[in-house]
Amino acid sequence: MSQREVLTIFERSRKGRPGYLPPALDVPEWELPAGLGRSTPADLPEVSESEVVRHYTNLSVKNHHLDRDFYPLGSCTMKHNPKVNEQLAALDGFTSLHPLQDVSQVQGALEVMVELEEHLAAITGMDAVSLQPAAGAHGELLGMMVTRQYHLARGDAHRTRVLIPDSAHGTNPASATLVGFTAESIRTAPDGRLDVDALKESLGDDVAALMITNPNTLGIFESRIVEIAEAVHEAGGLLYMDGANMNAILGHARPGDMGFDLVHLNLHKTFGTPHGGGGPGSGPLCVVQRLEPYLPYPRPVREGDGFTWRLHPPEGIFEQRIHGTYGNFLVLVKALAYILRNGADGLRRISDMAVLNANYLKVRLQDVFPVDYPDGTLHEFVASGRELKEKGLHTLDVAKRLLDLGYHAPTIYFPLVVDEAMMIEPTETETLETLDAFAEAMIQIRREADEDPERLREAPVTTPVRRLDETRANRAPVVCWGGHCD
Amino acid sequence: MRPTDVQYTREHEWIRMEGDEAVIGVTDYAAAELGDVVFVELPEPGTKISTGQSFGSIETVKAVEDLYAPVDGIVLEANPLLDGTPEKVNEDPFGDGWLIRIEVSGTADSELLSEQEYSAEVGEA
Repeated sequence: MSQREVLTIFERSRKGRPGYLPPALDVPEWELPAGLGRSTPADLPEVSESEVVRHYTNLSVKNHHLDRDFYPLGSCTMKHNPKVNEQLAALDGFTSLHPLQDVSQVQGALEVMVELEEHLAAITGMDAVSLQPAAGAHGELLGMMVTRQYHLARGDAHRTRVLIPDSAHGTNPASATLVGFTAESIRTAPDGRLDVDALKESLGDDVAALMITNPNTLGIFESRIVEIAEAVHEAGGLLYMDGANMNAILGHARPGDMGFDLVHLNLHKTFGTPHGGGGPGSGPLCVVQRLEPYLPYPRPVREGDGFTWRLHPPEGIFEQRIHGTYGNFLVLVKALAYILRNGADGLRRISDMAVLNANYLKVRLQDVFPVDYPDGTLHEFVASGRELKEKGLHTLDVAKRLLDLGYHAPTIYFPLVVDEAMMIEPTETETLETLDAFAEAMIQIRREADEDPERLREAPVTTPVRRLDETRANRAPVVCWGGHCD
Repeated sequence: MRPTDVQYTREHEWIRMEGDEAVIGVTDYAAAELGDVVFVELPEPGTKISTGQSFGSIETVKAVEDLYAPVDGIVLEANPLLDGTPEKVNEDPFGDGWLIRIEVSGTADSELLSEQEYSAEVGEA
């Protein structure tokens, strides 16, 4: 790889080399009031159009993404992102809006939000939705803020414990802690589900909520969820669902019917919006009626035949803020398009295919990489690389070797309840041929571990960079370059 | 070989009693399983810790794990070496890689294991 290719777009910049010519000024020139203009020019890269195109094309080829090949990244749900959604979100009427425009000019945008809220409420069996959270963990945070306000309003300030299964996403305890709760871990039973007896022992009048993912991170449905809900409610706590795995149960089961009080959704995991290069995301929070007053404002609502903003919560309720405006709007457009295009039957079929694909791969691979919790698999399963340890190899080596074979690796070393975990979640739209080819690659790697372990240890050899020093990157990260390093 | 002058917990911590004081760290097994340590979050001197409760966390390239107190006590000192060189936990878990020194305030937990019992626990007896 040439040195030129690894330059950042800023390093390619040369003064006075424009890539874009703004149109001639056709409005009267106007002087900014003193103090509002910047005193130094913005540090924007100056590059020609073809350099911009080459730079990002080259980066996209180095990266692995769904447009290149299979991406079985467990827990993340690398959904098919229909291209038509991009076309719809790119419509002028959506992209040219300003968040503070008068409601009479943005009726269509408000309709998109209200309609999406109504669909998400119907799909989850909840009563009210906030589209403001900008990501799943942001939705969790809002969920915990709502939980806290609810208990405070009832005079239950002493409810400070949030119970969380030990298989949970790490964001769950983080969200609870940020709001001032104390996160406590509940163990997993031998069948891969929450240990309900351990839960009941931990419940008390100081518990604010149980946060649980259903299906859980082992890809297994919490079949005792109704009993769990009754126990939590009896103790006066709220039941929060991390909806990261909602993709597995669309049209089959609704959190509201299971007894959940709050659930966040990841539109990029369940409703076909892109994960994007780190954003923008969207993590709407859906709640039951008694929690609706604690959602953040302003909220889009129906009014007569049209739509408007409700600006403030009911009298006496603390007004919470979570996002500058109303969420990542264009992501919402894509999610609504996905829901309308697929319809109720289509959404159910999406879950069917996600579950079928995961079960197919599990059956093909479980003799090669053991699966500790093999029963009740839905949309993903967790295999273990522990048998390679005696050869001095690890799950990490399998993951690196997969890159050489053209695949993204599964999520590794999560969930923590499985030693040497490999969490495999195939996209629901993959063909049988793709699934078979991936299974063959995994079988080949297992064989190589016995016959040619060096091949795993040296992998990857076909990628733009080999093994990165993750330890040094964490201990002494360098996050700046050249003259910008102050 | 694991030292025999310390006691162990099922959460892979060790504790060395020194009169009214004690030193706490994580075991070689934990250090190896966790992988390269990149950050250790430890309590300030004066913090009360209680048996079985988390007193800090240890971050590796793989995960973040809670640290659990083997006994009740009050923190006297956190290992200053770990601020700049967290790799000491991997290199010398029973020596320079210790985590905290405490004043023991409760009786030692009966759940503490001997070297032999701990090695059996992690399947190395």
